Amino acid sequence: MATLEIKNLHVSVDTDQGKKQILRGVDLVIKSGETHAVMGPNGSGKSTLAYSIAGHPKYEITDGEILLDGENVLEMSVDERARAGLFLAMQYPVEVPGVSVSNFLRTAKTALDGEAPKLREWVGDLKKAMTNLRMDSDFTERNVNEGFSGGEKKRHEILQLELLKPKIAILDETDSGLDVDALKVVSEGVNRAKETTDLGVLMITHYTRILRYIKPDFVHVFVAGKIAEQGGPELAERLEAEGYDRYIKTDA
Amino acid sequence: MAQHGIEPHSHGLVPLQTRNERPRSTSASDFQEINNRQEIWRYLPMERLNGLDAEVMSEVSASEVAIDLAPGVTAQWIDSSAAPVGSAGLPEDRISAIAWTNASKTLLVEVAEDSETTNPTTLTLSLEGLDARAFHLFVKAGANSKATIVLDHAGTGSLAENVEILLGAGAKLDFVSIQDWDKGSAHVSTQFTRLGRDSALKHVVVSLGGDLVRVTPSAALDSPGADIQMFGVYLADSSNYFEHRPYIDHIAENCVSNVAYKGALQGAGAHTVWVGDVLIRETAVGTNSYELNRNLLLTDGSRADSVPNLEIETGKIEGAGHASASGRFDDEQLFYLMARGISESEAKRLVVRGFLHEVVQKVGIAEVEDRLIASIEQELEQVGV
Repeated sequence: MATLEIKNLHVSVDTDQGKKQILRGVDLVIKSGETHAVMGPNGSGKSTLAYSIAGHPKYEITDGEILLDGENVLEMSVDERARAGLFLAMQYPVEVPGVSVSNFLRTAKTALDGEAPKLREWVGDLKKAMTNLRMDSDFTERNVNEGFSGGEKKRHEILQLELLKPKIAILDETDSGLDVDALKVVSEGVNRAKETTDLGVLMITHYTRILRYIKPDFVHVFVAGKIAEQGGPELAERLEAEGYDRYIKTDA
Repeated sequence: MAQHGIEPHSHGLVPLQTRNERPRSTSASDFQEINNRQEIWRYLPMERLNGLDAEVMSEVSASEVAIDLAPGVTAQWIDSSAAPVGSAGLPEDRISAIAWTNASKTLLVEVAEDSETTNPTTLTLSLEGLDARAFHLFVKAGANSKATIVLDHAGTGSLAENVEILLGAGAKLDFVSIQDWDKGSAHVSTQFTRLGRDSALKHVVVSLGGDLVRVTPSAALDSPGADIQMFGVYLADSSNYFEHRPYIDHIAENCVSNVAYKGALQGAGAHTVWVGDVLIRETAVGTNSYELNRNLLLTDGSRADSVPNLEIETGKIEGAGHASASGRFDDEQLFYLMARGISESEAKRLVVRGFLHEVVQKVGIAEVEDRLIASIEQELEQVGV
């Protein structure tokens, strides 16, 4: 049972015009087995929240706390956070030329477990996970994200989610750029991870479409760097019908 | 009123307008004394030349070259005035001319016609002592032969070298030149290659050590259907100055050239220079050519100069392209790998190995690849990665 607590989180970034405050006091608690959807208009700070949890150096935490099972996440380096059980499925995964998917996945698994996976078992797990995600077997010979289509990148992110077995996963707009078939495949992967490892999920999305396939327990509406409203799945349905206009007007 | 430019006139020192105009001679006196005002020497740290520009020097002796021959390959020392010396190319600069004149003997390595070997032939030239020395190697690959030759430079020395490589029709040769000198060494190597009809040369340059290493490989593609692949890998730390200037001269029709050099630099003062020249002459119809140089700067204070030059005198070609880029560690790549639990040092290793992999894997000789990978590891340890 894992708990990720975000308390009063304030985050800023350096811009040419100086420091810009993006998150203005975010409070959120995610537990194992729970699925939270964070929804909001573009520029509301959703991705900043994701990257701040993962520890991207671009984001400066000016106030607040992030705790994983009571441990201070903000004091951990990026790799320590991953080893503590956090996972970020990225919206724009970068290319790593000359590093094969197979080498990358095995290196990551070894780093997370503290020892190399048993070869036969690993090959079996990898093959099964790839079949489930409808990925060709020669995929592992390709260089990480190099020349991947949008759909392949997202499948690759979810493949990692299934193989690396984190406690809490943050999915940053995993649905963007996917057609319905790919969206279904990717969603199935997330649902499998939820069932098999009791994963806690923080799903960041602009659209309600993915929520048809991955059912949220909680929905949080993000506006101007903080949570403007929260509720159950019914809130997502309301957003589907009404959009974000209501919040933006209130905010202005 | 007189208009500027109508009459022929002089602007004083005018740089050569095409790569083809460089004079050729085996006589040092036909070339200007070396200084940084000449384009070909502009980057050179003169104080590290260790006397390689002196007109008189001694030559490498037979005992300093260990020869390990594959079946079908022979080696002998011949007089440098005898054939085939000079048939693959002639000096285009002063140090090459000095080396030519001072090497009275030439090591001639011949691959017999129609012979095929997979084992590499290795020539290990090791020096002890910094007095300037001249060396001349001639590699002759007979028609339709297939072989691999590794020229390995080691020890402490100052070497002015000419390497000639001549491929007969249909020959396939992999040639690897490794510069792995100890501290204090200086090495200027001119490598001329001439390719026969439908022959294929893979020319690999690996520079790992030496205070000054300058390798200038050139390819004369004057027979149709020839294919040259030039690859280079270099790892420079703060004691190294590495300069590589590949030159491809497309003369005959339907030849292919592909040049790819990749280097990693670390430490204050590490300096690499890459100048890639490709000339596609009017006669070189159907040419396909590409050249690339990429540098990865691992720490502050290192410098990579990269200059691709492409001259095209005919439009009837398959393709011609070039690319050059130098950059630092990509923070986004590191973040991505670390976000999967991989430590910073391991992530950097992956990125550097991955960066060089594209070229390292082209070497195609397991022992050389292993040595390269070991050198990469060692360099990374030095940076504290």
